[in-house]
Amino acid sequence: MALFSAATSTATVLPRNLAFASSLSRSLLRSPRFLSFPTAPRNRASVSIQAPRAQAAASSSASFHGLCYVVGDNIDTDQIIPAEYLTLVPSKPDEYEKLGSYALIGLPASYATRFIDAGETKTKYSIVIAGDNFGCGSSREHAPVALGAAGVSAVVAESYARIFFRNSVATGEVYPLESERRICEECHTGDVVTIELGESRLINHTTGKEYQLKPIGDAGPVIEAGGIFAYARKTGMIPSR
Amino acid sequence: MLLLTTASASISMASSLLSPSFTSFLRTKKDLSLSTFSYHRCLKGVPRRIRCAVSTPQRQPSTTGSVRTAMTLTEKILAKASEKAQLSPGDNVWVNVDVFMTHDVCGPGSIGVFKREFGEDAKVWDREKVVMIPDHYIFTNDERANRNVDIIRDFCHEQNIKYFYDITDRSNFKANPDYKGVCHVALAQEGHCRPGEVLLGTDSHTCTAGAFGQFATGIGTTDGGFVLGTGKLLLKVPPTLRFVLDGEMPNYLLSKDLILQIIGEITVAGATYKSMEFVGTTIESLNMEERMTLCNMAVEAGGKNGVIPADGTTFKYLEDKTSVPYEPVYSDQQASFLSEYRFDVSKLEPVVAKPHSPDNRALARECKDVKIDRVYIGSCTGGKTEDFMAAAKVFLASGKKVKVPTYLVPATQKVWMDVYSLPVPGSGGKTCSQIFEEAGCDTPASPSCAACLGGPKDTYARMNEPQVCVSTTNRNFPGRMGHKEGQVYLASPYTAAASALTGYVTDPREFLQ
Repeated sequence: MALFSAATSTATVLPRNLAFASSLSRSLLRSPRFLSFPTAPRNRASVSIQAPRAQAAASSSASFHGLCYVVGDNIDTDQIIPAEYLTLVPSKPDEYEKLGSYALIGLPASYATRFIDAGETKTKYSIVIAGDNFGCGSSREHAPVALGAAGVSAVVAESYARIFFRNSVATGEVYPLESERRICEECHTGDVVTIELGESRLINHTTGKEYQLKPIGDAGPVIEAGGIFAYARKTGMIPSR
Repeated sequence: MLLLTTASASISMASSLLSPSFTSFLRTKKDLSLSTFSYHRCLKGVPRRIRCAVSTPQRQPSTTGSVRTAMTLTEKILAKASEKAQLSPGDNVWVNVDVFMTHDVCGPGSIGVFKREFGEDAKVWDREKVVMIPDHYIFTNDERANRNVDIIRDFCHEQNIKYFYDITDRSNFKANPDYKGVCHVALAQEGHCRPGEVLLGTDSHTCTAGAFGQFATGIGTTDGGFVLGTGKLLLKVPPTLRFVLDGEMPNYLLSKDLILQIIGEITVAGATYKSMEFVGTTIESLNMEERMTLCNMAVEAGGKNGVIPADGTTFKYLEDKTSVPYEPVYSDQQASFLSEYRFDVSKLEPVVAKPHSPDNRALARECKDVKIDRVYIGSCTGGKTEDFMAAAKVFLASGKKVKVPTYLVPATQKVWMDVYSLPVPGSGGKTCSQIFEEAGCDTPASPSCAACLGGPKDTYARMNEPQVCVSTTNRNFPGRMGHKEGQVYLASPYTAAASALTGYVTDPREFLQ
């Protein structure tokens, strides 16, 4: 989870070992995470969480920053979270955390760098960069949940499988962005990147290159409202609480 | 030699199907732009072995901007379900759900979301439209897996859910009168699949039900929780890809070969966000279980849903299974399809999907040097009654014993009963189970999803070592059946049985001709 303590709100590029908030409040777990961004003055190099509850309109002021982990095409849900871990129920907080610790554990041995270091439960890579058809395979929502629980804030893929994309939007666990080009071939695991949501831009600080991202499209109103339930309440489809 | 002659004959035949108006360019994944609604698709590279011709039907003037009334089957179902007279691909609509299904893996999560969002005391939108089917991790000692079935049970009792196919005695599946098994097969067998309806399930293979001429697709647990409370969901109308399969089905092909052929043609992302409509004389000749196999793997091409128009075969199947009235719909003559693919089925050959992707298509006969360690016949894709009948046919024709461990997992209790009671044509009255026993296969196991997706470590037939398996299941990405270095070849029940008999990936014509 790409949380930074409120103290680090000044403009310094974060070191490789990012400092994570050591504890998550239960309420934060339940609200779409990437929406907990402040409307306060945006800082290019870091984001500070000021309010745990979801804020509307994350689009114009939010940015994501951190190390990226690069994967290839057709990363299916069995690689993101192997079936044997699906006995963990995401709506139970302790099992949610455990799910996170297994994120991307299904990747084959050809991926020399582990997504989560041995003995750790969180990843140091808050942004996943992928090729085509990310998240194909099962409808298991455990997939975006595991990534989110592990500490991923956004995925930038060339394209998505539809159920995974839908689940990402519905849960708010990871922000599913699409790149215009095949950036998984130009970025490397460990590169420091920033995603400027409002400008639909990804900056790779390590290579110095910038990339255009695709606008979020139809999922925008749902994300901006705060997920499918909030959207339904906002549009009057279900009664407000 | 006969095969080669046929192949070259088909090339010249197929070439004449290509009219000069079709653009041809090499398609790469990058060219696949989802926002382009009319694009010309071509055949991959040099036409060594053309099996299909592709076209984009010319749009009528009335469809290019002004009001249009022609809709595809999928569009019509979503229009009716969203109470709209008219809609177009790309529209986001709130649809009314006719049936919502969940199982032991995603049920607890959906229930958790439902209670969190609607309150601990909330009631589901309609206790008769929810179907809860434990099927994934059932015959295991994994405590959490067992707990998950308990969670569903508690919820069903609390909500008085009408359709809950419970299991309490894991040591003997037959001691559980309500227990069915694999959800997608159970839905069909219990009459929950009806033409014209919307069926949503927290499982990617929910698209199986499209075989009944309905809109059926997989959703996640948050969406599932939403449906439990409201009976509605926000869906984006998909454009439709049309697959026309004509020609007499050769006696060595099954619909698994057809869908592997298609997925190999369009890739695992070829139908992303699209509907796959299957029509043609071959489709019309398929029985319901074969149609289910076809639609089952629509998701493997990225498809939002697969659909086959309902006909006499469908109505006959449903006669003794449901008394709920239904209204089938059909694509309009003038409906717009994104692309149309045509196949001459009589020219096709048995195929497999090699590790590690469902679109890694190869002819079974070209893999005859691949030594295998085991065969698995089961799952919603390849564990139905017809699938076991097909496997039995090959064992019967051979009369020999299998050379590798051959695991058989009937999808449901009903399938298990059929395997033990139905006579196999041409066998002189033997049942599948007898034929399997004589062939040296393992005893048919308790019905569930079992090793199709690996599961808890003690799951029956789970691949716990890096082995090579020919399987009638639906996915073969790394680690799918358990071990990350396991190699899974997806195949039809004919091909799986033939491979079991030789110990190598084998074209079933070795035994069926």
